[in-house]
Amino acid sequence: MNASTERRQRLASRGVQAAFLIVLIALWYVATTRWRVSPLLLPNPVPVLSDFWEVLTTGEFIDDLRVTLSELAAAFVIAACGGLIVGYLVSRSHYRIRVFEPLFAAVYSVPIILFLPLYVLFFGLGPASKIALGASISFFPIALSTIAGFGYVERMLVIAARSMGASDYQLFRYVLVPAALPIILTGMRIGFTVALLSIIGSETIASLAGLGHRIVHLAEAMEMTRMFAYIIFVVAIAAILNALVSALEARVRRAR
Amino acid sequence: MTREIAIRINSVSHRFGETDDARGVRALRDASLEIMRGELVCLIGPSGCGKSTLLSIMGGLMTPTAGDVEVLGRRVVAPMPREIAFVFQENALFPWNTVIENVNLGMVFQGVPRAERETRASRALEAVGLTDFAQHYPAQLSGGMRQRAALARALSLETGMLLMDEPFGALDEQTRMILGEDLSVLLSRTDKTIVFVTHSLGEATFLADRVAVFSARPGSIKELIAIDEPHPRKPEFVTSAKFTAIRNRLYALLHEEIRKTMAETEAPARPDSFKREAHR
Repeated sequence: MNASTERRQRLASRGVQAAFLIVLIALWYVATTRWRVSPLLLPNPVPVLSDFWEVLTTGEFIDDLRVTLSELAAAFVIAACGGLIVGYLVSRSHYRIRVFEPLFAAVYSVPIILFLPLYVLFFGLGPASKIALGASISFFPIALSTIAGFGYVERMLVIAARSMGASDYQLFRYVLVPAALPIILTGMRIGFTVALLSIIGSETIASLAGLGHRIVHLAEAMEMTRMFAYIIFVVAIAAILNALVSALEARVRRAR
Repeated sequence: MTREIAIRINSVSHRFGETDDARGVRALRDASLEIMRGELVCLIGPSGCGKSTLLSIMGGLMTPTAGDVEVLGRRVVAPMPREIAFVFQENALFPWNTVIENVNLGMVFQGVPRAERETRASRALEAVGLTDFAQHYPAQLSGGMRQRAALARALSLETGMLLMDEPFGALDEQTRMILGEDLSVLLSRTDKTIVFVTHSLGEATFLADRVAVFSARPGSIKELIAIDEPHPRKPEFVTSAKFTAIRNRLYALLHEEIRKTMAETEAPARPDSFKREAHR
């Protein structure tokens, strides 16, 4: 009874979400056919979808996708290693938390993408500047959440573990890590998202390859239909990555 | 019962904050006490009198400013997990572990082999009546059950001594009463040395072999009262004349000290006339 109500409610909200998308596409269709919006601004969804299908089936996206994903992977690995290590070291002393937590929070609120020209100057137009930018931007949420996770573990739990004879390693493995993990995972998910956003964003501004580069290239060539097809492709990729990361997060959370 | 000294407290004083710090607080002053093996001693006193601090010092979780504590003849400088187990007031269970995992973890810390862990854990859970709740998480249990689980974890460590810091302090009166009765039964079957901090006069009278009454802050032990009644104690003991007499005695001793604490902390906020009234 209870479970079936819950399932019905979930189905109902999925239905509303689907209906929302359908209405959006219908409006798009009506806008291009009835309301005479210029196809240069908004191409008809039917050719866009057939272009999208063509992009998928010919596999022409492969090279750009590979560039963007490898930039993302490199940036995220660097940011995660740096953020976890720095965050943990900061969290080990009250003094360091007092100094670095507000500092990181302040830098995190600066739009680092402003420094893209500098990054391009330092690292060139290729993937290196995207990796450096993505890593710098995603470092902060990961470091901040690691500080919050390890720095504010319930004192009672640490005292209890010590009173039962936990060694430093055991305290870390059985108390600090499980206590900090949920917060750190949230920070890593946010870090992943901002890395993806900043990499695709910087590709649209100054780059040699990648999905963002491809979209701007098509826009400059006035190939609006294909550009929209690529936008749909990038949205789909972002949604898939987000779902993968969320699933991974849920899995690790259960396994702690 | 052997009359060997299990814990000897040698004029322990403790001060929070530096000596030259005006905001520093003297929590304990020259507290001394000898606790015999197999005895249950309750520490009772006004809030802030340092009884929980003394318990932490006895367990090696804190170092006193002056004086020392000996456990089985050895000076305490760090936690002694093989001799002493703690039960805290609340929230000392790991929320991400089930009850059985919580009980196991203490033994993991001490390197107890897996097979032995299993038998000890199930014995401990059975002793506190939580066998059916082994797979529950702390958040799924009532406050009383969580404290039973914490007690099971302490029992599984099979230490000779148990230090309990207001273990039932956050529970309602009825749950507290039942847990007190169960504890008395449980303890009559072991020969553990137990030190139990409480606010409750009834709890102290019901459980203790001796009650140490603390003076107001900085606390020292003002009086020791022996309660000559065999364990396990029956619910009837609570309604006996003996219980009432001891409880009243404790009340009288404590009342004076609580007044002192109140006068010290609340006097500035009170009008003068009221204060004179209170002292008359």
